[in-house]
Amino acid sequence: MGWLRLLRDTWVMTLRNLRRYVRLPQLLFFSSVQPIMFLLLFNYVFGGALGSSVRIPGIKYIDFLLPGILVQMVMFGGVQTGIGLADDMGKGIIDRFRSLPMTRVAVVAGRTFADALRNLVVIGIMIAVGYLLGFRFNSAVDALGMVLMALLFGYALSWVFAFIGMIAKDSETAQLASFVFIFPLTFASGVFVPIQTMPSWLQVFVRNQPVTFIADAARALALGINEHGAIWKTIIWVVGLLIVFVPLAMWQYKRRAS
Amino acid sequence: MMPYAFDLKNVTKHFGSVNALNGVSLHSEENKVFALLGPNGAGKTTIVRILSTLLEPSSGTALVHGLDVQKQPKEVRKIIGLAGQYAAVDEFQTGFENILMVGLLYGLKRSEARKRTEQLIERLDLADAANRPVRTYSGGMRRRLDLGASLVGQPKILFLDEPTTGLDPASRQGMWQIVHELIDQGTSILLTTQYLEEADELADSIAVVNEGKVIAKGTSNQLKSRLGNDMIEFKLNRLDDLAKAKEAVSSIAKSPADFNKDTLVMRVPVNNGSKDLMKLVERLNQARLDVEELSLHRPSLDDVFLALTGNVTHTDTPIKVNHKGVG
Ligand SMILES: Nc1ncnc2c1ncn2[C@@H]1O[C@H](COP(=O)(O)OP(=O)(O)O)[C@@H](O)[C@H]1O
Ligand SMILES: [Mg+2]
Repeated sequence: MGWLRLLRDTWVMTLRNLRRYVRLPQLLFFSSVQPIMFLLLFNYVFGGALGSSVRIPGIKYIDFLLPGILVQMVMFGGVQTGIGLADDMGKGIIDRFRSLPMTRVAVVAGRTFADALRNLVVIGIMIAVGYLLGFRFNSAVDALGMVLMALLFGYALSWVFAFIGMIAKDSETAQLASFVFIFPLTFASGVFVPIQTMPSWLQVFVRNQPVTFIADAARALALGINEHGAIWKTIIWVVGLLIVFVPLAMWQYKRRAS
Repeated sequence: MMPYAFDLKNVTKHFGSVNALNGVSLHSEENKVFALLGPNGAGKTTIVRILSTLLEPSSGTALVHGLDVQKQPKEVRKIIGLAGQYAAVDEFQTGFENILMVGLLYGLKRSEARKRTEQLIERLDLADAANRPVRTYSGGMRRRLDLGASLVGQPKILFLDEPTTGLDPASRQGMWQIVHELIDQGTSILLTTQYLEEADELADSIAVVNEGKVIAKGTSNQLKSRLGNDMIEFKLNRLDDLAKAKEAVSSIAKSPADFNKDTLVMRVPVNNGSKDLMKLVERLNQARLDVEELSLHRPSLDDVFLALTGNVTHTDTPIKVNHKGVG
């Protein structure tokens, strides 16, 4: 087949999936309005109450919140990968793809790329709104680092949810199954509030789950805080998730599609 | 020797405890139209899915143009086009984008894919809707678009799974027209249908499938003559002509003719409908006998199916029994 063919097929599939985001109003809503709403709600509703408990001196709540909420949004983006694939699997279109002389992995890869691009747009929108709310990056390099990390984490998650989505029998089940993972992971994490504010039994979980240190890493990069530990852990998680879930998702794709 | 367009050798397929196919052997020459005729659940789609590499047979071999679908699926995919039972089109893409996408995924150069897409859109009468999202399309338009997508790779063999099920009569006629054009260009086609009329109209050969088995195969005519009951019918003007009429048919009738005194209709069972009809006309002329409503009745495929399975087909629409009359 060759790499060139793989890239081309993946790009064709990426475009196909992006059209879906542009043309389906509810998807456009989830990609643009929802992130902005989250940012505004958390900043103004929780910001007042929590701002004082953010213990890092000289840091505004929006500076604390934005990197974390970006991580949450790319996780939601990953859920879309699973939902989209579950949707495709339930329709005749998957038979069309499987009967074509195309690279098989392109069906799933094209989906994950489309969602990565969508995430990039969401990140851009959120940073813009964040700036209006007073958020500032420490430096351009750090900004780039944070965006890249959020993207990569979202991309790795896309493969996790691709796997879940193709196990689920339809897109509703995929959505439900995904959110069962997403909600505890994002809310029982350091995304919205400092960990010290939580009961100690919860802190054990929160400190050791990936979303916390990915949020920490994003925050560290955004604000120029020295936290190499969190950044390394994030990289290891991203690589680890991809190593485990790319083959799993492809295996499930082949299984499911026959 | 030319390979068969497709060749199934003793193919079985089990889904758990369900035996969808119980040893199917079938093949078709290149550039011919082969119809799989059978009711819902007969195994038609399973056969199409095996030939189009979507399913592996449980046992047996399936070849497409000499290529083994299990050993060389990638090669097979390059030469097939599939229009499945349910239109496999993207709702949110336009008609044009749908066909173009499939063209690109066949590995065509972009310019070539574009050119073919434009031609197909034109030919399938979708030009007005080409730039609208497919979710605004009618059922018939979706089917045509799906067919377009299956043709963009210029396949050597085309699989059409129930291409007209659920279409209104006008759309069905349109689809038949397109298939006739494809036939004229010399594409090998395997189509499945629940409509006897459709197989009769389009196919060179027909296999009747039921419960995962082929229960009859041959041309439409061969299937019909398996019943052997071609029947010539005519109506006398007067009861007085009866003797002359009996005399005229005596050497042609396969078994004694049946006469209804009230309607004056005579029914003559014959061996070879068209030839015997000619002979009979000659005899009637010689006897200077005027008759009315002379017609030839051959058994329809409905009759064939009934005779083979003892069942009426389970189609969702009532089957029109369409005796073809001559005369
Ligand atoms: N994926 C599947 N799992 C279980 N049974 C199936 C599956 N696909 C088809 N069958 C069964 O196999 C038989 C043949 O189905 P199918 O080939 O779709 O028939 P047709 O296309 O002639 O209506 C049916 O009894 C059907 O229920
Ligand atoms: Mg079917």
